[in-house]
Amino acid sequence: MEPILSRNFNVPNAWKLSVAESRGAYETARKTLTSMKPDEITQVVTAANLRGLGGAGFPTGKKWQFLPKETTKPIYLVVNADEGEPGTFKDRYILERDPHQMIEGIIISAFAIRSHKAYIYIRGEYVEPFRRLQSAVDEAYAKNFLGKNIFGSGWDLDLVVHRGAGAYICGEETALLNSLEGGKGFPRLKPPFPAIVGLFGCPTIINNVETLACVPPILKNGAEWFSKLGSPGNGGTHLFSVSGHVKKPGVYELPMGTLLREIIEKHAGGLRDGRKLKAVIPGGISAKILTANEIDVKMDYDGLKAAGTMLGSAGVIVMDDTTCMVGALYLACKFFAHESCGQCSPCREGTGWAFKIVKRIYEGQGSVKDLDTLLKIASNMEGRTICVFADAAAWPIQSYITKFRSEFEEYIGRNVKLEMQNVK
Amino acid sequence: MANITIDGKPYTVKDGITIIEAIDQARIPLPRYCYHPGLSIAGNCRICQVEVEKMPRTVIACNTRVAEGMVIHTQSSKAKESQRVVLEFLLANHPLDCPVCDQSGECKLQDYYMEVGLYDPMFDDMKVKKTKKAFPIGPNVMLDQERCILCTRCVRYADEVTQTHEFGVFNRGDHSELDVYPGKTWEGKYAGNVVDICPVGALTDRDFRFKMRVWYLGSQSSVCPGCSRGCNIEIHYEKSRPYHLKESRVMRLKPRENQAVNQWWMCDEGRYGYKSIDENRFRPVTDWKTTFEKVVTHLSAAVPERWAVLASPQNTNEELYLVKRIFKDALKWQQIAFKAPGQEGYADNFLLKADKNPNTSGASQILGLADGGDMTAIIERAKRGGLDGLFVFSHDLAKIFGNETLEVIRKNVKTIIFEGPNQNAISAVANIGLPAASYAEKDGTFTNFEGRVQRIRKALEPMVPSKPTWEILLELAGLLGLPLSYTRPEFIFNDLAKDDEVFRGLTYKAISAQGKMWNKNTVIPSPLKGINSVEGSS
Repeated sequence: MEPILSRNFNVPNAWKLSVAESRGAYETARKTLTSMKPDEITQVVTAANLRGLGGAGFPTGKKWQFLPKETTKPIYLVVNADEGEPGTFKDRYILERDPHQMIEGIIISAFAIRSHKAYIYIRGEYVEPFRRLQSAVDEAYAKNFLGKNIFGSGWDLDLVVHRGAGAYICGEETALLNSLEGGKGFPRLKPPFPAIVGLFGCPTIINNVETLACVPPILKNGAEWFSKLGSPGNGGTHLFSVSGHVKKPGVYELPMGTLLREIIEKHAGGLRDGRKLKAVIPGGISAKILTANEIDVKMDYDGLKAAGTMLGSAGVIVMDDTTCMVGALYLACKFFAHESCGQCSPCREGTGWAFKIVKRIYEGQGSVKDLDTLLKIASNMEGRTICVFADAAAWPIQSYITKFRSEFEEYIGRNVKLEMQNVK
Repeated sequence: MANITIDGKPYTVKDGITIIEAIDQARIPLPRYCYHPGLSIAGNCRICQVEVEKMPRTVIACNTRVAEGMVIHTQSSKAKESQRVVLEFLLANHPLDCPVCDQSGECKLQDYYMEVGLYDPMFDDMKVKKTKKAFPIGPNVMLDQERCILCTRCVRYADEVTQTHEFGVFNRGDHSELDVYPGKTWEGKYAGNVVDICPVGALTDRDFRFKMRVWYLGSQSSVCPGCSRGCNIEIHYEKSRPYHLKESRVMRLKPRENQAVNQWWMCDEGRYGYKSIDENRFRPVTDWKTTFEKVVTHLSAAVPERWAVLASPQNTNEELYLVKRIFKDALKWQQIAFKAPGQEGYADNFLLKADKNPNTSGASQILGLADGGDMTAIIERAKRGGLDGLFVFSHDLAKIFGNETLEVIRKNVKTIIFEGPNQNAISAVANIGLPAASYAEKDGTFTNFEGRVQRIRKALEPMVPSKPTWEILLELAGLLGLPLSYTRPEFIFNDLAKDDEVFRGLTYKAISAQGKMWNKNTVIPSPLKGINSVEGSS
C-alpha cells in the first residue's frame, strides 16, 4: 500500500517548506482554491467517507454541513492538536515530520467552510512539534500560502498556533474552545454544538490533525479512491500508534479495517520472545480492553464497536503475560482521577473515589467487595456527565475487572503488602 | 405551545422552555443544586435527572428543552436511581459535620438525601481534605470549602448579577476548591445573596452563624423598609426560645421572590437592617392612659396655625391615612410635612434607591403633598418661636438639621410630642413620648417608588410598652371624639381605597403576596438587570 499520511515521515527535513514543496506540498491546495467552489469540496470530503480521526469518528463532511448556511458571524476552524490520550502519538508524527500536509489540509478545509481564521491548539508538552509547526506556519506565511489572497484566489486565511497548558480534558473539543478563549478547560453543555455556537460564540468546526492531513490526498486523488482504501463507511487509512510489549513499537499507517492481530503480529513484529499476549487496548486508554482471544477484530469504527470497545484514537497498547492487571488499572484510574476537570459531580467524585479503592487494592488492603463497589461506581458515572470523560474513566474499570476478575481476586487474596515489604 | 406529560399528567407549556421550568410551573418537586432560575445554566451538579421516554438515558432537566409530545417521568425508578447515584457522588467527600454545621436544617444535601437518597453508603475511604474551613472571605460571608459541592451558583452570581467576578473554582478533579480570586474579598452591596443561593453549608452568613438552629425560626413575609424599592422579605424570628438570646427576637432577613420588585435578591443594607427591631428601641416608662390624655389635652387646645406635624414615610399607608384624617381633616392643621431634606442615600440601577423610606409614594399621595411638604420652613418657624407645638413621627431632627437646631427648637417650642419605634435625639427631649411598634410588629401596606402597594405583616408582638402607630392614632381619635374606629389595618385600608381614587379597587386580598400597582402612572417597569449592566448588553 502506498502511504498517504506517512509518506514523508522518513524524508529528512520534510517539515521544511523547500523539502515539502519538492514532494508536492500545496499543489492540491493551489488547484483546489483556484478551481473549486467551497461546497464542491465539502461534497468530495463527504463522499470520501472521511471520519474524524481524533477518536469519535464523526463523518467530517457531515460535520461541516452543520454550519449555519447564512451567518453574519465569522466562522472559525480549530485544529485539535491536543493529543493527550495515553498510548497515542500519531498526531505528533504529523506535526513533527510533515506539518505542511496538515497546513495544506487546513487551507483547503477553511476554504470549504468559508473560514478566514484558523487556530491550531497544540498540546503544551509537545515542545519540538510546536517549534517545527510554528516554523512551518511562518514559512507558509512567507510564501503567501497563508495570509491575504492565497494563491491569487482572493481567499484570506490567518492561522494561529496556540499552545495548551497540559490538561488532558482540553482535547475535548468544547473544553478546548474554553481554553482557547482564555478560560478554564471545562467542557461545555451541549446543545448548542460548536458548529452553531463555538469559539467566541461563533460557528466553529473542530477537526483533528490527522483528519485534516487526509484532506489534500482526498482532493488530489478523488473521493472514490479514498473511500476504497478502507472498509465500507470507514474511508482511508489510519495511523495506528502501537506501544507496549511488542518488538517494534511505533506509528503504522494501515488501511481502516486492518485486523488487530495483523497489526500486532505482522507490522509491530509480534511480542517479545517467550512472551504470551495477555491483553490489548485498541484505542487509547479510554477504550475497553480486549483479551488475547479477542484480537481478530477489524480495526475500524464499526468493527471495534461490534467487539464492545472502540477505535478511539487508535492507540494500540499491547500487554504481555508479565503485566499485572491490577497495576494497569491502578495507572489508568490514577490518570483519570488526575485529569478529571471537576465540573460534574459524578466524574469529579467518582474518578477520585475509584482511584482510592484501586490504590487500596494495589497496596494489598482491598477486599473482593471493593471490586463490586468499583463496578457500581463505574456504571453510576457512565452517561451522567457533560462530556464523555466519565464514560472513558468507567470503561477501563469495567473491562479490566470483568475480563480479569479471577486475577483481581487472586491478587486481593495474596498478602501483597507483605510481598512488597520483602521486595524492599 | 407544547403539549407534554409529566408523571402521567398532561400539561401545556411554552415552546422552548427547559424541562425543569415546566416541572417548576407544574409545582412538581425535583432536586437541583446548580440550577437557579436567576442564573445561567451550568448543568454540572447532574442531580435533576429525569427520564424522558424514547431517550436512551436519563437527562438533566435543566438543560433539556421540552418538545411536543414529550413524556417525562420524575419519579420513575430510572429517574430516581439516577438522582440517587448522583447524590451519592456529591456526598462521597462531603464532611459529616451536620451537627456543627450552621446550614443544618435548611441544607439541600440533607433534604434530598431524605427525598431521593436513603442508601447504604458505599464510600469506605478517606475523604478529601481541603484548605479553607470557616474562612471569612468578606465582612459578611464565611467559606467552608469541604462542604462545597461546586455547583458554581456563587461563581455565576458574581459573574452575572453583581458582575464583579470574585469567585472561581480552583484546581481540578476532586481537589477542586471554591474560593475568591487571590487578593479579592467578597464584599459589596449585595454580598449576602450568595448565602441564600448556596444550597449547602459552604457559604454561611457571619451575622447569623451559630445564633440559632433554623428549625427554631418562625417566618413571616414582609417588605424591607430600608428604601423605596420595597424588596420582598421573610422575617425570620425566634418563636419558641425567648431565653436563648435575651431580647433579640429577629434573627435574620431573607429575600422573598418577587420578579417585579427584587427578583430573588436583596441588598446587604436591608439584610442587616433588622437590628433596629430589637435594638435601640424607644421604651419610656409609659402609662398609656395618662399619656393619651396628656396628648389629647394638647391637641384639643392647639391653635392650628401654631402647631405642625412631621409625618413619617416610614409609616404605613393606613397610618398616614389616619394622620390625614386626624391632623389635616379634623384638627385643620396646615403645617404638615414628611420629607426630610438632604437625606438621600446610596443608589444604583439595581435594587438600592436613594430614598431610604419605604412609603414616600404613599405619604405623598395620601397627605396630598407631592413634594413631601416643606419641613425646612416648619423647622425655621419653630426656631423663630412661631410654633407652640410639634408632633414628630419617627424623624431624628438632630440628624437632619443638626444638634444646634434641635436645641433651639427645644428652647422655643413649648410642646414636642414624639412618636416612633426607636430612640433618637428628639425622643430624649420630647415632652411626651409615644413608643411605637416597629414594622415587624404590625400589619399594613407600603407603596414603593413605582406605586406598588405591598403588605407588611406582623411577625412579633410589639415590644413592651410600644403600640402600633395605627392603634395610637385611633386611641387619640377616640379621645378627640372623632368617628374613627377600626379593629384592623385592613379596614382602614378599605376606607382609604374608598376615599382615594389612586387606591380605589385595592384590597388586602387583591394585594396578596406579590403586591399590586395602584391606579396612577401604572407603568410596567423594565425587568431588573445586573448592577453594572448597560442598556443593550445581554
